Amino acid sequence: MTEFLQQLINGLAFGSILALIAIGYTMVYGILRFINFAHGDLFMLGAFVGFYVAPKIAAVLPLPSITGAIAVLLISMLVCAALGVLIERFAYRPLRKRPKLTVLITAIGVSLFLEYAGQFFFGAAPKKFPEILPVLPLTKIGGLSLNSNQIIVLTVTLLLLLALRFIVLKTRIGTAMRAVSFNPEAAALMGVNTDVVISFTFALGSALAAAAGILWSINYPSIDPLMGILPGLKAFVAAVLGGIGNLPGAALGGVIIGVTETLVSGYISSTYRDAIAFAVLILILLVKPSGLLGKKEIEKV
Amino acid sequence: MNFHHAKTFLLGAIALGFLATLGANRINPYWLFIFYDIGIGIVMAVSLNLINGYTGQFSLGHAGFMAVGAYTSAIITNQFGELNFCAANGIFAVALLAGGLAAALAGLLVGIPSLRLRGDYLAIVTLGFGEIIRVILQNMDKVGGARGLSVMHGWTNLFWTFGLAGVTVYVVAALVNSTYGRGFIAVHDDEVAAEAMGINTTKYKVTAFVVGAFFAGIAGGLYAHSKQFLTPGGFGFMLSITFVVMVILGGMGNTVGVILAAILLTLLPEGLRLLSGLGHLPGFAAERPLGWIGDTRMIIYSLLLIVLMLTRPQGLFRLKKSAAQK
Repeated sequence: MTEFLQQLINGLAFGSILALIAIGYTMVYGILRFINFAHGDLFMLGAFVGFYVAPKIAAVLPLPSITGAIAVLLISMLVCAALGVLIERFAYRPLRKRPKLTVLITAIGVSLFLEYAGQFFFGAAPKKFPEILPVLPLTKIGGLSLNSNQIIVLTVTLLLLLALRFIVLKTRIGTAMRAVSFNPEAAALMGVNTDVVISFTFALGSALAAAAGILWSINYPSIDPLMGILPGLKAFVAAVLGGIGNLPGAALGGVIIGVTETLVSGYISSTYRDAIAFAVLILILLVKPSGLLGKKEIEKV
Repeated sequence: MNFHHAKTFLLGAIALGFLATLGANRINPYWLFIFYDIGIGIVMAVSLNLINGYTGQFSLGHAGFMAVGAYTSAIITNQFGELNFCAANGIFAVALLAGGLAAALAGLLVGIPSLRLRGDYLAIVTLGFGEIIRVILQNMDKVGGARGLSVMHGWTNLFWTFGLAGVTVYVVAALVNSTYGRGFIAVHDDEVAAEAMGINTTKYKVTAFVVGAFFAGIAGGLYAHSKQFLTPGGFGFMLSITFVVMVILGGMGNTVGVILAAILLTLLPEGLRLLSGLGHLPGFAAERPLGWIGDTRMIIYSLLLIVLMLTRPQGLFRLKKSAAQK
């Protein structure tokens, strides 16, 4: 039982990182109806921004420390938000009226570009992510060993999700986002500036991906330019699993994928772990083709 | 491409492949292997074009089918030692066919969920199947697992590569241009309307997947016996993307364009590699003035992809409207 709970906690920590990435996929899909394949690479860039910023921060703030880590996290989120907006502005916006497939291929191009440019500028060899948080001794609760990093991952994810919920449900720009995702033309006619809303969506999604990148690197401190591919794919699977375009669905999907993957690699076989996400996805889509929380879209002729 | 052009192409490709094989020992091996890659690229891209271009489904797992074909055929030919010319080619033909059939079976498995899923959902499921095939191969110790599998025989030659490229082009063109094949284009144009007109859309979608996967399996067999070493990692998501890019650049549902794109995209990285190796260019002082291309080759490739999508989204070679576009 303790072992099971232990695996569950590990899974939750992994799943909440996936959830943060998945939300970026789902938000962009909800508004533009296209898969932003480059999203996983913003996760990678988030980690690398942290890697390069941490030594600079260390000159001003004490590192490792909570305040220092928060500074690294915020800077990385800001830089990636700006990058997300730039990518949308130059690669996706000129294609907005074109078929979805064209945009999808462009997104794949952007993803390849970020990966190869990353290999060129950062080097292909894995780098060690600096320690930005003080390592606390393991807390033991009734046989369960809780890593301080896992607690931080869970707390930060929860705070970010609450902030996101506030932005989407309570603010003007959040209302505009929901309006655009409901019906872009009608929203534009009602005076919503769709370009601003779309830029804001990209900023928000990329900032969350960057946060996921930092949280990931705190737990798995080896970072490389291709590190975004697999978590990106799994997060995308999580978004589809929850019903793409649905924010709580993406979070739920992330947690389901994270927990299932950890449990399977803990109890059955760790070599199959990369296939688990996809197997779960296929099974669920066969039963419920629009995802767990997705609405069924009826195609009208 | 219409049916008669496809016939001419088939005969031409087989004759050319046959003649070229006779003179193969005069061709620089480096180029010979690039020619094999081109032929394999054509088989992959043209067969994917049946699924993505003509039928309008979106598959992101074509490399998975290729892996099934590659491993199946390699396992078969690895049972044999050195053989004489006739026996070798006979066994090779059987192995390629078996690889194709195994991949077609996998295609049937993928085709079934496609009955219920559309668009992006289908894309992600095919991607998932491709990844699952890769992980399963990685865990099969009999075929070397993640360490890879050595293929004993290098039986791929220009005759087989271009002959089978010709067959693929012929079969896809004949299928799409037949009365039966109009159904693929109907599914592409409007699934709901096609169904209302009494077209069995399910059957067409599954057929497209099975036929497409069959040829991908054959391409896998050719690949296995050209590279002579297989690793599951080599058949990942990136390889599938390469073929999707060929189809898109060629223009969805435009066989001629897709063939040209397969040739161009296979040559492009090699061409950039060649440029970076050039020494002493007039007007440059440095030893290898274009050496930087070597390091930034893939960055150039990805930028080119973005720029092409921004400027020519209908594909590079769209001269006139193809059947799927009318």
